Amino acid sequence: MLGQQESLKICKQILGRCGKDPAEVLIFSEDDALTRFANNTIHQNVAQTDIKIIIRYIIGKQIGTATTNRLDSSALDEVVGRARLNAQASPEDPLYPGLSGPAQYQEIPAFDDATASYSPQARALSVRGICNLSKSKDLNASGAFSTGYGEITIANTEGVNAYHTSTHADFQTVIMGEDSSGRAQRTAWRVQDIPVEELGKEAVHTAERGRNPHKIEAGEYTVVFDHYVTQDIISSLCFSGMGALSVLEGRSWMNDRIGQKIMSSQVSIWDDGLDPQGAPMPFDFEGVPKQKVDIVREGVVLGPVYDRYTGQKAGHASTGHALPPTARGFGPLATNLFMAPGTASLEEMIHSTQRGLYINRFWYTRVVHPRDCIITGMTRDGVFMIENGEITYPVKNLRFTQSYVQALADVEAVGRKTYLLASEFLSSVDCIPALKISRFNFTGSTV
Amino acid sequence: MKDLMDRALNLTRMRGAQYADIRVVENRTENMSVRNGVVDALNFSDNIGFGVRILANGAWGFASSRDLSPAEVDRVTALAFEIARASALAPGEKVDLGPAVVSQGVYQTPFQIDPFSISLEDKLALLMKADAEMGGVEGLRVRRGNLTFIREKKSFANTEGAYTEQTIIESGGGLMVTAVGGNEVQQRSYPASFGRNQSTAGWEVILNWDLPGNAQRVASEAVALLTADPCPSEITTTLILGGDQLALQVHESCGHPTELDRVFGTEAAYAGTSFLTTEKLGTFKYGSSLVNLTADSLRPLGLGTFGWDDEGVPAQSTPLVKDGIFVGYLMSRETASRIGRTSNACMRASGWDRIPIVRMINVSLEPGTWSWDDLIADTDDGIFMETNRSWSIDDKRYNFQFGTEVGYEIKNGKLGRLLRNPTYTGITPEFWNSCDAICNEKHWIMWGTPNCGKGQPPQTAHTGHGAAPARFRNVRVGVLK
Repeated sequence: MLGQQESLKICKQILGRCGKDPAEVLIFSEDDALTRFANNTIHQNVAQTDIKIIIRYIIGKQIGTATTNRLDSSALDEVVGRARLNAQASPEDPLYPGLSGPAQYQEIPAFDDATASYSPQARALSVRGICNLSKSKDLNASGAFSTGYGEITIANTEGVNAYHTSTHADFQTVIMGEDSSGRAQRTAWRVQDIPVEELGKEAVHTAERGRNPHKIEAGEYTVVFDHYVTQDIISSLCFSGMGALSVLEGRSWMNDRIGQKIMSSQVSIWDDGLDPQGAPMPFDFEGVPKQKVDIVREGVVLGPVYDRYTGQKAGHASTGHALPPTARGFGPLATNLFMAPGTASLEEMIHSTQRGLYINRFWYTRVVHPRDCIITGMTRDGVFMIENGEITYPVKNLRFTQSYVQALADVEAVGRKTYLLASEFLSSVDCIPALKISRFNFTGSTV
Repeated sequence: MKDLMDRALNLTRMRGAQYADIRVVENRTENMSVRNGVVDALNFSDNIGFGVRILANGAWGFASSRDLSPAEVDRVTALAFEIARASALAPGEKVDLGPAVVSQGVYQTPFQIDPFSISLEDKLALLMKADAEMGGVEGLRVRRGNLTFIREKKSFANTEGAYTEQTIIESGGGLMVTAVGGNEVQQRSYPASFGRNQSTAGWEVILNWDLPGNAQRVASEAVALLTADPCPSEITTTLILGGDQLALQVHESCGHPTELDRVFGTEAAYAGTSFLTTEKLGTFKYGSSLVNLTADSLRPLGLGTFGWDDEGVPAQSTPLVKDGIFVGYLMSRETASRIGRTSNACMRASGWDRIPIVRMINVSLEPGTWSWDDLIADTDDGIFMETNRSWSIDDKRYNFQFGTEVGYEIKNGKLGRLLRNPTYTGITPEFWNSCDAICNEKHWIMWGTPNCGKGQPPQTAHTGHGAAPARFRNVRVGVLK
């Protein structure tokens, strides 16, 4: 770890090489490890440490960027030189709003010493426990247990000096039988908050219950979704239209709907990088303080998240959701999503269902059409028929093709507990509940 | 560099490792993009580091770092041992790596024009010219063009005596436009889906693709799609797939299920397993007798083309499906030994900071005998689809669903009306067994997929897929109501 003093010192050295030109430096340092297991054994066990420096160099309204992971003097000379060259070669962007100015940042706890120093042996012992549990049930455990820490430093010639450090931990397991499987996952910034044994038991229970699945007809079903499914719904809506760039370009599910009630009044979704219940981050990658943004409130679509560029185009202040300058083309992104809990337990949602399906998770979901966020994907790791309020038998995996916007319009109940999960592509960490939805469209099944 | 690598390997020998290898990788990437006439990215990235992989007491450990100092090499090597010791707390079966790998040599991607010798101004001018051509078309909301150039230098050494050096050059880019009208959002890409194709080659491929020359056509097609008829829904019909869409079909439904590590369950926690289990090898009818699929790391332009994989195994060619019968896997040294074979050079890591895992190299559908004109003329009633827009497949690689950017009706041997939002779905072996015609090598192109995801922590691989258009019968088309 570089530490705040050293990080800001490096920033100063880099900015000093930029002469009178405006410039911005981002430094990411990471120290991560992951213990992976399959077939009840540890088969891949890895660690990596890296530092990434990104420079945004401005000449008038011409912008160029360059990155390096070297810290020696000649490397810093080169990376500044490259960024300058790129700026010189780039035509002007007349809409570029310039660098952000200094700001006050909230101090939020996000670093845990025990997580930062969690050893390979500690991870392996936890994993061994899950493997032994699985073996005792004649099942096959696979999964991954990761821990690590990181620092983000942002400084610019306008006076931004921002530093944040955080830890992260994630445990996920898929436990398989001959023809069944179950999965469980949890994310936290304190490794002690991850109940590894409990998650293993959850996955084992699903796998045992899922033996001898039946094939059923495709069609519309009432569904009860575990929170793992809800995360896919929220992530997909995020990528398909919670950022201002997609709204400005007319390709968001929010277009022509802002201010309208298009989802169930039980649905409220917001982004909050300052909430310590999530994966807190006090500022975005332009050094703008994060704000809480209500995206959907009681079914009414309120609007997207902004960075400074889209904010200027739309006449709206930045909400602190900029990505690093090398990812500017994606536009602003919500990375700390929350969905409001409801009042129902999972068991209550199942008991209240006359006929439907209880589903653990979705897999390989992709956008078919962005306008209504129509998604296709498969169920995975646990699908069960519900009849007269009881789970009656396991079901073979199904393919669905469904508008997620419509699905959230058809929400009948929301779970009272929420869980923290890192998304599949690690682009966000979200806090979400289970859901019951009155109708969901399944278009096929697997062999 | 070699001194540092020898230092690490000597340490591993002294500490009694059964096997160890080290990779030092330096990557330089230049990428740029233009969006609606404005440069929204112009970046140069430089990254270097090393990774040490150790097999000790039957268990694996891997550690990596950006810092190439002797002290850090010592620390990371010791950490890899500590990790291997931890792995031994939940040990697996005895690891058999098969015959020793002692490769020696130097490899460089063949190219005609070094892409890093072309000025930034010339590269941006090409994108701006394409942007201007697209900008002349009414009705577009977003027009984007992008270019990417990569030079990766990789040194590999192991405790068996291998030492190789490679320089891999990649050039990629393309166009993507979005048209919005009413409730419709349509996109078109060139030369491949999501606005990008990529090859192991130099600037010459960018010139060959002629982005400015195709820009207006692509833009006009996107606008036309807004008011095109929707693809018929929930029908079973004859489907002809363009080479670029077929490349992704091959990637998802052939490449992934033939990864032997998936078959052995080591990807179960994330990417899934495979229906091509080992008892099927040599007997399972994967496709019709016309279907021949090959894995190779030799073909020009392929993103999976190199000198040696990340275990030092030399590039080679292996049949996966021959005359429709499943005959081969993508393998590592360890997985190949388990089925009595030797590695076919499919172990790849996305960078110095990742452990190598079994990945696709170039997985291609061999060309057939049909000309494109004859294929269309021979088709009474069907749909032609090209350029992927969405893709999804189950965790065993059976049930898939794809959507493409554009479709065309085929009636009485002629291409007819434009169709929007085309989709199709199927079960992998049923689909490939319905293949009854494949176009010949005149229509065969090596496509590049630069974004294949697998592994924990995640790794993105660049894979190549050669394909020519082909025809499939009785395919379920149209899943959107």
